[in-house]
Amino acid sequence: MAHVAHAEAQAGHELSFWRKYIFSQDHKVIGIQYALTSMFMAVLGGLLAMFIRLQLGWPGQSWPLLGRLFPSGMPDGQMNQAFYLASVTMHGTIMIFFVLTTLLTGGFGNFLIPLMIGARDMAFPFLNMLSYWLYPPAIIILLASFFVSGGAAGGGWTAYPPLSALPGAAPGSGLGQTLWLISLALLILAFLFGSLNYITTILQLRARGLSMMRLPLTIWGLFVTAILSLLAFPVLLAAAIMLLFDRIGGTSFFVPAGLLIGSVPVDHRGGNPLLWQHLFWFLGHPEVYVLILPPMGMISDILANNARKPIFGYRFMVGSIVAIAFLSFLVWGHHMYTSGMAPVLGTAFMTTTLVIAVPSAIKTFNWLATLWRAKIRFTSAMLFALGFLSLFVTGGLTGIVLAQPPVDIYFQDTFFVVAHFHFVMASAAIFASFAGTYYWFPKMFGRMMNERLGKWHFWLTFVGIYATFFPMHYAGFMGMMRRIYSPQIYAHLQGLQPLNVFVSIAAFVLFAAQFIFLYNFFRSLFRGPQAERNPWRATTLEWEAPSPPPHLNWGETLPTVQRWAYDYSPPDMAEDFQPQAAPAAVPTGRSREGRGDGGHAR
Amino acid sequence: MPTNDTTSGTRRSAALLGIALALLIVAAVVTTLAARSRWWLPPLASAQGRSIDQLFIATFGIISVAFVLVHGLLALFVWLYRDRGQRASYWHENRALELTYTIIPAIVMTGLTLSAAGLWSRIHSAPPPQALVVEVRGEQFGWKARYPGPDGKFGRIDPRHYSARENPWALDPADPAAQDDLVLDISTTGELHLVVDRPVEVRIRAKDVLHSFFIPAFRVKQDAVPGMVTSIWFTPTQTGPYEIACAELCGPLHYIMRGKVVVQTQEEYDAWLAQTRS
Ligand code: HEM
Ligand SMILES: [Cu+2]
Ligand SMILES: [Cu+2]
Repeated sequence: MAHVAHAEAQAGHELSFWRKYIFSQDHKVIGIQYALTSMFMAVLGGLLAMFIRLQLGWPGQSWPLLGRLFPSGMPDGQMNQAFYLASVTMHGTIMIFFVLTTLLTGGFGNFLIPLMIGARDMAFPFLNMLSYWLYPPAIIILLASFFVSGGAAGGGWTAYPPLSALPGAAPGSGLGQTLWLISLALLILAFLFGSLNYITTILQLRARGLSMMRLPLTIWGLFVTAILSLLAFPVLLAAAIMLLFDRIGGTSFFVPAGLLIGSVPVDHRGGNPLLWQHLFWFLGHPEVYVLILPPMGMISDILANNARKPIFGYRFMVGSIVAIAFLSFLVWGHHMYTSGMAPVLGTAFMTTTLVIAVPSAIKTFNWLATLWRAKIRFTSAMLFALGFLSLFVTGGLTGIVLAQPPVDIYFQDTFFVVAHFHFVMASAAIFASFAGTYYWFPKMFGRMMNERLGKWHFWLTFVGIYATFFPMHYAGFMGMMRRIYSPQIYAHLQGLQPLNVFVSIAAFVLFAAQFIFLYNFFRSLFRGPQAERNPWRATTLEWEAPSPPPHLNWGETLPTVQRWAYDYSPPDMAEDFQPQAAPAAVPTGRSREGRGDGGHAR
Repeated sequence: MPTNDTTSGTRRSAALLGIALALLIVAAVVTTLAARSRWWLPPLASAQGRSIDQLFIATFGIISVAFVLVHGLLALFVWLYRDRGQRASYWHENRALELTYTIIPAIVMTGLTLSAAGLWSRIHSAPPPQALVVEVRGEQFGWKARYPGPDGKFGRIDPRHYSARENPWALDPADPAAQDDLVLDISTTGELHLVVDRPVEVRIRAKDVLHSFFIPAFRVKQDAVPGMVTSIWFTPTQTGPYEIACAELCGPLHYIMRGKVVVQTQEEYDAWLAQTRS
């Protein structure tokens, strides 16, 4: 396909504006479309987080100005409970599915895969376009749900039935929940089209000489993630369709007999609420690795580049990505220790979960070893990469607490969990996305971002994130439950208010600091200094293409790969890096190639 | 290089980051110590909770060491190996080192798995025969409790007989065992009464959607699942009133779904039971 398109372009065929920028089949344009749309959704998801914090910091307070903006959710300026739960649900849903999944795989994945493997485009450009164009309709349906009767879904991003199955059970369980399911189903289709494409492209279209064990870790992260998505998302799609049938088709997959909502008997029989939890987390846990494996890969490349040193333990790095991905299918039950699932399963899921700690530790120490005796440049990208390390470790460690079912009995569904996943998944993935943006922006748009603003952005975000999420551990210690509109009525949560006020203020600062980034991003888009082809003096293939790369990426000839992706500061060389595609240097009698080389792609 | 990073800029960034990471360690330790007196787990009041707290503290110790270790190394490395014009070492493989940090975490995780598995199976072992048995039921938005009558048997439940006022547990009037069941609303007028140092098995039901029966002071949490009866047993060790919370989102008023439990001596409990039954 790419070859046909190539011939077409060489024949001087000019694409219309629509084909070039809107219904484009160019992976770079699609990647940027995904990234910009995700940024828009990130602002919305962040705003919803501000609503959450507004309420938790000052429960019951009236905000007349906001009341005028949101007359139904905040009558008289006071947030009502259904609106609070809708905010929590939509915040989680948007951030996980509509921001991070789309940005990391749809945005970075699309832009980087063909460039980093030396291909002209994805294997299936049309499918790629289709994948993006399922995303805006999914957004519109999701956001429309705020305006239907009952408001947006309020059952949490996990949408546990029967609450989510019975329209009468809560305001948010009305039409809003139906739209939530439809929207999610559309987006899952988009992810599936994308994943299929990434896998095929990486397997089929690698440049000559680029064997699998010469791939940069970014590509390994994205490749394994695509496999994970392709295997896990269909399960959620099936579950969502079943739940939709329970809601509107009169089936009973998840609703047992004998329920009463108020005094009204529920006309269902034979279902089981735990079935949904198993199906949901069969996707849900791999999903959090969908959000962390691409960051792990990106961070590895950015660390090596800015440390001017090869990534340490490349083979263990690849092995741990694969091991984490495989294990991630066997741990879903750690979300269900208190669910009523048979206790012996708890033991099994604890074992698999604690096993995952081992490859995670390997990665962490390999990153640290990469810094040892390095030559570190503190670019904005590098600062965010180092910040990622800190956040990933902080969040990963609290996972060891939660992995143990007896301890999890206490912490399940408290703010300790909220703190845990905001560190290990949300903050870490966001930091990797920022690092990736500062790093690849020059390639994407041919201009440099402002480093000074980048550093301000880093410092405010790093401090802001710790100030926001670290104290949430303590709220969890006290036993503060998640998804509660106010902690004030509980005796054991008295004395928590100052902490919650502090967290809320920190969250506002954190959110505000992101406008520095947005300003930098859009200003640099138009005003940034022109970027060189390889501004960071990097080894990987994408830096061989012009900044920005033309349609079909490479001129007449595709690059040929000579060596692994991490030849930084090779001995016997004046330069401190040797690009993957640079012709073999004068033989020095010493092989510098990565392991497992020699294989020719295709 | 377009970054215009002068050596002094690198030095400043390295110093800032090194200090920030060191401060992070200090702040984490200090706030955790401060939290112990204000923002900690509520005072413990059950026998099982003791082992849970011990396991938690042990784990917390282990992860604190790892936290300090990693952040300490990170701070050290960013300072030591900042760009001062040196050449980075081309060092990227060391099997012994990698195996070390594979095996040490593996051993620690094995230890945690074994101790947690033992405790978990004790928590979910069969309740002792002398245990008190009570039922609780979660519903939007409160908790109800039921004690068997003098016959020691819980009567049959049939949702068709539900009546919010007259028959909130939907007891089947045709079942003789149901006649003497003691039914309480433990969110409003009543309390769940338990006996100090006497194991209690709580069987948990749900009337409408998921809820979760959470008593922070006892370190007890078990979901209430529609269509199922879940159960948990524990031994209260301190007399006094405690809180029951709902820990699973169940609708807009989830946050007020609070219940009350009171732990009494056997004599007090017997007196209460006799009085309530008559
Ligand atoms: C601006 C930064 C953010 C703040 C201040 C924030 C704050 C919060 C808070 C306070 C909650 C708990 C609400 C409750 O249980 O009552 C929450 C839930 C959640 N957040 Fe965030 N968050 C932020 C960013 C993110 C990001 C980037 C993600 C991406 C994964 C994320 C994912 C989630 C999820 C999945 C939930 C659970 C929603 C649910 O319970 O259904 N958050 N957030
Ligand atoms: Cu999980
Ligand atoms: Cu509840």
